Amino acid sequence: MINSIKALRVSLGSMMRKKVTAEYPKEHLPIQDRYMGFPALLFDAARDEPFCTGCMVCVRYCPTQCMSAEMTDNEKFAEGDSHRKKIINTFEINLGRCILCGICVDVCNFDAIEMSHEHELGDRMRDGNRVDLPTLLKMGTKYQSETGWKQSKPNLPSPKERAVIAEAKAAKEAAEAAANPPLEAEPEATAT
Amino acid sequence: MTESGITTNVIDKGRGMADMLINMGPQHPATHGVFRMELALDSEMIVDVTPHIGYLHRGSEKLFENEIYSQIITLFDRLDYISNFNNELGLVMAVEKLMDLEVPDRAEYIRVILCELNRIASHLVFIGTFALDMGALTPSLYNFRDREKILALFEATSGARMMHNFFRVGGIKQDVIADFPARVTTLLGELEAGIDEADKMLSLGEVFVERTRGIGVIDGDVALDWGLSGATLRASGVPYDVRIEEPYSVYDRFDFGVPVGSAGDCWDRYYLRVLEARESIKIIRQALQQMEPGPVQAKVRAIARPPKGEVYVHAENPRGDFGVYLVSEGAESPYRLKVRPPSFCNLMALRDLLIGHYIADSVVILGSLDIVLGEVDR
Ligand code: SF4
Ligand code: SF4
Repeated sequence: MINSIKALRVSLGSMMRKKVTAEYPKEHLPIQDRYMGFPALLFDAARDEPFCTGCMVCVRYCPTQCMSAEMTDNEKFAEGDSHRKKIINTFEINLGRCILCGICVDVCNFDAIEMSHEHELGDRMRDGNRVDLPTLLKMGTKYQSETGWKQSKPNLPSPKERAVIAEAKAAKEAAEAAANPPLEAEPEATAT
Repeated sequence: MTESGITTNVIDKGRGMADMLINMGPQHPATHGVFRMELALDSEMIVDVTPHIGYLHRGSEKLFENEIYSQIITLFDRLDYISNFNNELGLVMAVEKLMDLEVPDRAEYIRVILCELNRIASHLVFIGTFALDMGALTPSLYNFRDREKILALFEATSGARMMHNFFRVGGIKQDVIADFPARVTTLLGELEAGIDEADKMLSLGEVFVERTRGIGVIDGDVALDWGLSGATLRASGVPYDVRIEEPYSVYDRFDFGVPVGSAGDCWDRYYLRVLEARESIKIIRQALQQMEPGPVQAKVRAIARPPKGEVYVHAENPRGDFGVYLVSEGAESPYRLKVRPPSFCNLMALRDLLIGHYIADSVVILGSLDIVLGEVDR
């Protein structure tokens, strides 16, 4: 009896507390920076193409085998605009099957895939969450713009850029050579 | 039956005069998952019980053999889905022991902090659902509120609330967030208050004590024979804790107590977990103090290839003694990986505990064993 009264006191004491729950569809809890939502492919704005080269490493290491990728020759490389010899042609992830483990992100060597903050992908169809390359890139671009994502290492120079660099280097060397006369001339100059 | 036709309470254990067979489960809310008990009843008294498991069987142990170690971590997350970090620790410790790998100190401390936080989260769920089994709704709501705070911290650290995939062979995935110590310290304060609150509301409540004192008693010797472990064993007065007996990780550097019960009944099993949660808070405080900056990942190849051999490690999970037996042929995936799930072994004693009790107590006794079916069925 006494215990019940004590318990009642606890209940009364906690009646005036602030609400801790959020009404889900109306309110959203803040998403943490490291939150791992569904994987998405990132877009290289500087080169105007995806980062992904279709190397298939992520496909091989995905524990649920929910991804497939196919690579193709990069036309931009042939034209000299990009450093990527190969580029992704088609990419599909069955997000309904993905377990959000992040292994694909760990193994990718090209900064091409990232766990986005996307997490609300309800669908009525069994295959409704099979997403293709454009959708994945859209998710990725959204993630990039929302979080200010940065590449871990800068892009390698493309063939055209390499040519420009080589030209510049040659020009610089020529200029230096013109500024400093050949070394053999110097002893003569000091001699006279 | 006596002469007057009234059934006596004296029951021939196991072979009683059953009037009725009823199924409890598999979708009974009080079975904490999908678990079925076939109860043979003599009016309200349980005379026999046949547990049926396997509703959540996913063939994990076979799956392990076809996956590389980094993928197996994701499967270990799903064994005991209430204490994911503790499971991951069991696996990575086994691989590290086989590879003879030195893990950086900072990684060990972070692992211990996360595991102990997970232990608190798990015990909070236990306390909440245990009270729920007896019809007390409030503690479960309060405890889930506190657990959510822990999970929010996990999410900020590892990116996921439950399926973290955060521990790696030789360390952890990445260093913790910058304000991790500060956040943990604040969290511990809140947790202490939360645990005290639930304790105050529940532990000595008249109804609660009536329902749990002297119910489901098991002796220390019998408990050892059944292979019980964790708080379920310690409630019977056996002071066995892997963290003390065979310290793994950096547990030998902390000063903490292991609460031991004496009665071996449901109340003891419940109360030990309240006390254990408080001890975990102590461990985390010490770990935060001792933690120093440094690397969090040892130099290992991206794909772990343990040498040929076999190893058994065990760790103290919230539910008991979690063992991992690993046989490696030197390949990327194990030859055999056997898990000793504490829940499964604790469940063994169920028949002994239930017989002779009323049907209403079956829920309480099953709840007090604190099983997680993901681990029982694997
Ligand atoms: S996402 Fe990365 S790992 Fe996967 S195919 Fe593209 S480049 Fe390769
Ligand atoms: S997050 Fe895991 S399951 Fe999902 S696509 Fe990546 S590797 Fe596969």
